[in-house]
Amino acid sequence: MLEKQTITCVACPKGCEVTVEHDGDEIIDIMGNACPQGADYAKEEIVAKTRILPTTVRVKNGALPLCPVKTTKQIPLELMDKAMAKIGEKEIEAPLKMGQIIIENLLDTEANVVATRDLPKKINA
Amino acid sequence: MIKIEKDVVVIGGGPAGLAAAAKVYDNGVKDVVILERDFELGGILPQCIHNGFGLHHFGEELTGPEYSQRFENDVEERDIEVKLNTMVLDVTADKKVFAMNKDQGAMEIQAKAVILAMGCRERTAGALGIPGTRPAGVLTAGTAQRFTNIEGYVPGEKVVILGSGDIGLIMARRMRLEGADVKAVCEILPYTGGLTRNVVQCLEDYDIPLKLNHTVTKIIGNDRLEAVEITEVDENMKPIPETSEIVEADTLLLSVGLIPENELSKKAEVALDDRTGGPVVNEGRETNVDGIFACGNVLHVHDLVDWVTEESQIAGDWAAKYINDDYKRSEKKIDVKAGENVSYVIPQSIELEAEDRKRIPLYMRVSTPLTAIDIELYADGEKLYSFSEPFGKPGEMISVPLAQKTLNDLDEVSEIRVDIIEKEGE
Amino acid sequence: MSKNKYDVIIVGGGISGCAVAWKLSRYNLDVLLLEKDPDVATGTTKANTAIIHAGYNADPNKQKGRLNTKGNVQIKDIVKDLSVPFEEIGSLVVGMEGDDLSVLDELLEKGKKNGVEGLEIVDREWIIENEPHINRDVKAALWAPTAGIITPWEFALAMAENAVANGVEVKLETEVLDVYTEADKVKGVKTNQGDFAADYVVNAAGLYADEVAKMVGVEKIDIHPRKGEYYIYDHAKDFEINHVLFPIPTKISKGIVCTPTVEHNLLIGPTSDFVDSKEDLATTTEGLNKVFNGAQKMFPELTLKDSIRVFAGLRAADTTEDFVIEAAENVHGFINVAGIQSPGLSSAPAIADLAAELLSEQGLELKEKKNVIEKREEPARFYEISNEERAAYAEEDKEYGQIICRCETVSLKEIKDAINGPIPARTVNAVKRRTRAGAGRCQGGFCGPRVTQIIADELGIKPTEVRLEKDNSNIVEHKIKGLLGSQGDAE
Repeated sequence: MLEKQTITCVACPKGCEVTVEHDGDEIIDIMGNACPQGADYAKEEIVAKTRILPTTVRVKNGALPLCPVKTTKQIPLELMDKAMAKIGEKEIEAPLKMGQIIIENLLDTEANVVATRDLPKKINA
Repeated sequence: MIKIEKDVVVIGGGPAGLAAAAKVYDNGVKDVVILERDFELGGILPQCIHNGFGLHHFGEELTGPEYSQRFENDVEERDIEVKLNTMVLDVTADKKVFAMNKDQGAMEIQAKAVILAMGCRERTAGALGIPGTRPAGVLTAGTAQRFTNIEGYVPGEKVVILGSGDIGLIMARRMRLEGADVKAVCEILPYTGGLTRNVVQCLEDYDIPLKLNHTVTKIIGNDRLEAVEITEVDENMKPIPETSEIVEADTLLLSVGLIPENELSKKAEVALDDRTGGPVVNEGRETNVDGIFACGNVLHVHDLVDWVTEESQIAGDWAAKYINDDYKRSEKKIDVKAGENVSYVIPQSIELEAEDRKRIPLYMRVSTPLTAIDIELYADGEKLYSFSEPFGKPGEMISVPLAQKTLNDLDEVSEIRVDIIEKEGE
Repeated sequence: MSKNKYDVIIVGGGISGCAVAWKLSRYNLDVLLLEKDPDVATGTTKANTAIIHAGYNADPNKQKGRLNTKGNVQIKDIVKDLSVPFEEIGSLVVGMEGDDLSVLDELLEKGKKNGVEGLEIVDREWIIENEPHINRDVKAALWAPTAGIITPWEFALAMAENAVANGVEVKLETEVLDVYTEADKVKGVKTNQGDFAADYVVNAAGLYADEVAKMVGVEKIDIHPRKGEYYIYDHAKDFEINHVLFPIPTKISKGIVCTPTVEHNLLIGPTSDFVDSKEDLATTTEGLNKVFNGAQKMFPELTLKDSIRVFAGLRAADTTEDFVIEAAENVHGFINVAGIQSPGLSSAPAIADLAAELLSEQGLELKEKKNVIEKREEPARFYEISNEERAAYAEEDKEYGQIICRCETVSLKEIKDAINGPIPARTVNAVKRRTRAGAGRCQGGFCGPRVTQIIADELGIKPTEVRLEKDNSNIVEHKIKGLLGSQGDAE
């Protein structure tokens, strides 16, 4: 069935209104984008939305009880809740270094979950 | 009481203070200290675990902690003195800073220059005067973010959010991902205050309704929040009573405005601008008080931390020049005025001699959403030049450069004005 | 239970109950004060206009009239002994263009009858000189120099703490469910924490005094709550107000008061509307509008720009609209201290004296204690001392050096002392009342998470168990990751 959808591209602050004509997952036409990234973004938003997942992971013996983490690449939006549950199960031992891999290949997406800060061990006063 | 002397005291170790301190140091002024009230540096960034930071400054997309880490590293590499868990209680016009911490007790620091980088606080439910009760479960979005991302506690599980600024949108997604049921985000205006990207990725992705032209008109629940009354408003933002509905909720988050935190500035006799809530400054970010500078959210609420960094580096440069006796005021002082459709422009004046400077960035906000705009600069009523943008939103700060060359060519100018005009039908 | 039997059990830890406890602690008596909530002063005592009235407004033919002036005088000494924040700033009943100014003369007469000192009618010039921002339509006012402002919850707390220092036992979170009698004599009370025996019970249960009175068959007391709504402003405000300012009362209402508070805020309110439920503490759009419009009549320049909070309190009004301080007729040993609405705060010590008298008439022996601790040490109040004084405190104890609440300048030590005090602060609001942490312009936005953690650490409980005020008011409900699996559609 032929559909037309207009999406605000967020690849850059311009925010072009990109209109995609598609039949299910088959892209017929894209217009309104000022650059190729816009076309890519719009295509992805129709066919398979993916997002970076920023969240936290529980830490043992750390200066803080949580360490912020993110996925190294975008993962399918429909996997978000499962991903949160998977990350929620984990408890990792301090110290942590920024970029350290917490979970490898999260849910077979080829994205790793990495720490986004250094987190030293807890100092017992 | 310990008495210390320092060349530069930076009040606040968030992105503004960090960038300013490093710049001061790189200009040869190494006697700097950062006073930070929290247990670690970074200001609000460590709890902003989402990405979207650094697109302009680094050309990369970073999370808040990652962005902060870079500047914390800068400070550490330069071995700049930092006092954590240290609260500044007083600043005088002659640059005496009174602060306290557990290890050293009370200290009085006589500074040659002070950089105010205290950031801002959130507007509260009480300040809005929302009728109803005062139960647990009503908190500002930033405090909820602190609980969720730093302390490790989720305030509740049935959430309504008032205010569609970025903090509200981000927390909608955050609470939803951590397992709460986010019922709605209400926005009293007919447009959202946050970035479009956040509306898409925080609300649309999760089917969280965005109710524009709506506000919370009652808080219900004696000990714990039980429900909120949500009501549509008219063009004058007055509630339309027939549209009220009761929504069950145990948590109400407020994202209804940031207020630059200038109590210390007032103590130092710094003059404030009613429109920004922050100090009146020249392009070097110096306030009306000799040797007291201001940058970051304490000066005006920024939308992107990248601008905070740029601004704070300017402040750092000039504070160092001030210390190095290289701070020359020109004979003419140019007032910078916010013209049509402009809420405010920072800096409010231009008055410094700067041979190497190529441009002065003017930061401003449009007062109402406009499409296809021309940002026009006038010198004493004569048009200098203009910039075009596809749209202007109050939630997104605009930065336009004033070229030094242009400045140099203007001899007797006393006022530069910025207008933002919507182009006639295109 | 620490004791088997007490001489007197006081039901209710509001201003009246705390005042009675304080008074009775001067005698050789075993006294138990029972409070159903996690802190004293959580009812009307914490939500009122915080005024110590001069006494001209109270009807001389009622108990209110007899006790207000007496209490007002006693309070001046008590606040010094017990280190309670108080300022005798005086009050003005202000008559505007169009008001019936003869009311001022009536109040002057009533005040004289009640024995109030220093009352006089002042003219427009005087008023404008002393209140420069007042509406220029002002014509004349009744000036009462003996009126003052106080921190009402600290007033109650201080009396309770001093009572404890003098041997009174206080049990929080202990609700009286029934009163035991035998052969028309009081025997004790039944609570949710067990039974306690005593031959005398003082009913100071505020909004619930009628319900407690019914437990011994006293039907005459009937409490109909009357709500008052308020706005409170930050320290930074448009302008200063120097006295407690009343408009001329009409038949319908006393009008909206504008007053500074001892803590340097500005307070405007209250309204006066009967409500159905004793739990209806909601502010309303109509009520808040009434407050602001009323205040603006006196101060046309007033805006809402610097307001930081709205709140409401309920007056425990008896149908007689007077205090009901009397011994029960049908039962021996039961003293009612009920219907305590304005000027209850101002009359507190006099009410306590009367309650003691009534107990004595019922047969309780009041033998004066030899070594009464009269004074309560002034707690550290960082928010109002100088930097030098703060430095001195920090030298004495390092925990004074760690500032937790930025807006009101409250140190870690003050917070810990509050949690570990003689009447321990167990909740975030209890800490706020004792220390001011969270009472400032950011309303706990910054210090909230920190105070919650400190309470958890000091009490040895989880942060998810820390409450705001009463049960089921937990600050945070879940540990992170605790809700996962429940988001989106069920798996």
